Amino acid sequence: METDGGPAALSVSGVSHAFGARRALVDVGLEVPAGAFTALLGLNGAGKTTLFSLVTRLYDSRSGSIRVLGHDMRTASAAALSRLGVVFQARTLDLDLTLQQNLLYHAALHGIGGREARARAARLLARVGLAERARDPARDLSGGQMRRLEIARALLHSPRLLLLDEPTVGLDVEARRSLLREVRRLVAEEGLGVLWATHLIDEIEPGDRLVVLDEGRVRASGVAGEIVARSGQGSLEAAFMRLVGEAPAGDRAA
Amino acid sequence: MSDLAALATPVAAPRAPGLPLSGYAVCLGGIVWREGLRFLSQRGRFFSALVRPLVWLFIFAAGFRAVLGVSIIPPYETYVLYEVYVAPGLVGMIQLFNGLQSSLSMVYDREVGAMRILLVSPFPRSFLLLSKLVAGVCVSLLQAYVFLAIAYLWEVEPPLHGYLLLLPVLMLTGLMLGALGLVLSSLFRQLENFASVMNFVIFPTFFASSALYPLWRMREASPLLYEICRLNPFTHAVELIRFALHGQIEWTALGIVSGVTAMLLGLAFAAYNPSKGLMMRRGGPPGAA
Repeated sequence: METDGGPAALSVSGVSHAFGARRALVDVGLEVPAGAFTALLGLNGAGKTTLFSLVTRLYDSRSGSIRVLGHDMRTASAAALSRLGVVFQARTLDLDLTLQQNLLYHAALHGIGGREARARAARLLARVGLAERARDPARDLSGGQMRRLEIARALLHSPRLLLLDEPTVGLDVEARRSLLREVRRLVAEEGLGVLWATHLIDEIEPGDRLVVLDEGRVRASGVAGEIVARSGQGSLEAAFMRLVGEAPAGDRAA
Repeated sequence: MSDLAALATPVAAPRAPGLPLSGYAVCLGGIVWREGLRFLSQRGRFFSALVRPLVWLFIFAAGFRAVLGVSIIPPYETYVLYEVYVAPGLVGMIQLFNGLQSSLSMVYDREVGAMRILLVSPFPRSFLLLSKLVAGVCVSLLQAYVFLAIAYLWEVEPPLHGYLLLLPVLMLTGLMLGALGLVLSSLFRQLENFASVMNFVIFPTFFASSALYPLWRMREASPLLYEICRLNPFTHAVELIRFALHGQIEWTALGIVSGVTAMLLGLAFAAYNPSKGLMMRRGGPPGAA
C-alpha cells in the first residue's frame, strides 16, 4: 500500500533536544512510510515520550526537522497537525462524557461540526465495535475499550499518520492482542502510517519496520527481521539487549 | 471497509494552512460545549463554588454589618447595607476561584490529558487557550448570576440594567483572572496543589482589595496597605463589577482591567508557545513525562 513516490507519513531528521543539561534526544532520525507499521522500541527513559511530544508539537525541537507528509511541524504546523492522529500514553478521555460526546468534542477541535461530525463519530464507533455504547459514559468502558475509543477519536479527522505511545500499558493479554490486530488492519487496509512506541518486544513481528531508541539515540532501524539477522543474535530480544548495551538476560550476573 | 477508506481520503482534513473562519467557530463552540457538559456532570463543583460566597454573604456579612458602617461612596447614593457593599466583591471571588482553579487544573491534575488533546488541534495555540479561557468564563458567569439571584432575596437589589451591564464586564474580569491562572501555572512549579494557591494567591488577592471593605477604611489602618490595595488589579476588577451592577461604568477600572488582561494573555500565550516557555523547559506537564 505504499503511496507511490509520495512523502513519508512521518520523517524525522537530525532532531536533538535537551532539558537543561539532560540530553533527551541526540540527532534522531527516522521514517514512517505510508502503509507501514513502524515500531519504536526503547526502554523506559529512552526518549520515546520526548519524541512524541516533539512530533505532536507540545514543544518545538531545538534542532533538526519533523515532517508529516511533507509538512514541516515548525513552519506549517497546522497542515502537519491536521494530518496526524495520536493516542497518548496517559488516558485522555473525558470519563463523565459519553463516547459520542468525546468524539464530537475532538471533531470540533479539528473544525468539524454538525452532521458531518456525527456521521464520522458513528462510522468510527462502528469501526471499533463500540456503536451500541455511543451514549454510555466513557467511565463504563474497560481499559481495552477505552483504548479503542481513543483510536477512533484519533482517526476522526482522517489523518494519514497515527501515533501511539505505549498504548497497551495496563491492558490484559487478550486486549493487547486485539488492539494490535486492529491497528495492523488499519495499516493494511487503509494505508495509514503507524508509529507504535513500546518497550514490549513481543508486540513486534519480523516483518515490521523497527526503530530502536536508547538513551536518546537511534541504535538501529530497518525491518525487524533484518536487524536480528545483522546482529547475529537468535532473537529480537537478544538483538535488542545487545544494541542497548546490556548482556542478554541469561548472561546477566545475579 | 470501503466507506472507511472513503473516510480516510483527505477530503476534509487538509483545511490548513488557511483554516476557515467557520472552523474557528466550530472549535470555540466545541470547547465551550465540553466545559458545559463537564460542568453539568460535576454538580458538586458547582455547589461548592456557590456555597463559598453565600457563606460570606449570610454569615460574615451579617456579623460585619454591625461593626462596619459603610459611608456614602460612589456608586452608592445612600447608605447601603454591608451585604450590598460586599456582593460585588463576592462575585469577584467566584471568578477568582473559578479562574485559578480551571487554569491550574489544565496543567496539574486530571486535565493534563485533556490539555494534550487540546494542543494537538491544528488551530493556533493562542486561539485554543483563549477558547479554553472563554469556556471557563461562561461557567463562572452562570455561577455569578445564580449567586446574585440568591443575593436578591437577601436585599441585594441592583437595578435590572445593572445585571445586563454586568455581563460584558464579567467576561472581561473572568478573562483576566483565567489568564492570571494560566500565567501562574507556568511560573510556579511548586504551586502544585490548590491549597498553596489559596494561601499565596487567592487570599492575599482577595483581602488586599476593595472586595470586603472600602479602601478609605484601609487607608486609616495602614497607608502602605492602602497603596498595595490600590495597585491590586483585583481591586479594579471588583470596582468595575460594583459600578456595573449599579448601572455605571468606572472608566479608570475598565482601562486598568483591560490593560492587565491584555498583558496577562500575552504572557500566557508566550508561556505556552511551543518554541519557548514552560512546555519546552519542563518536557511537558507532569504525568506526561
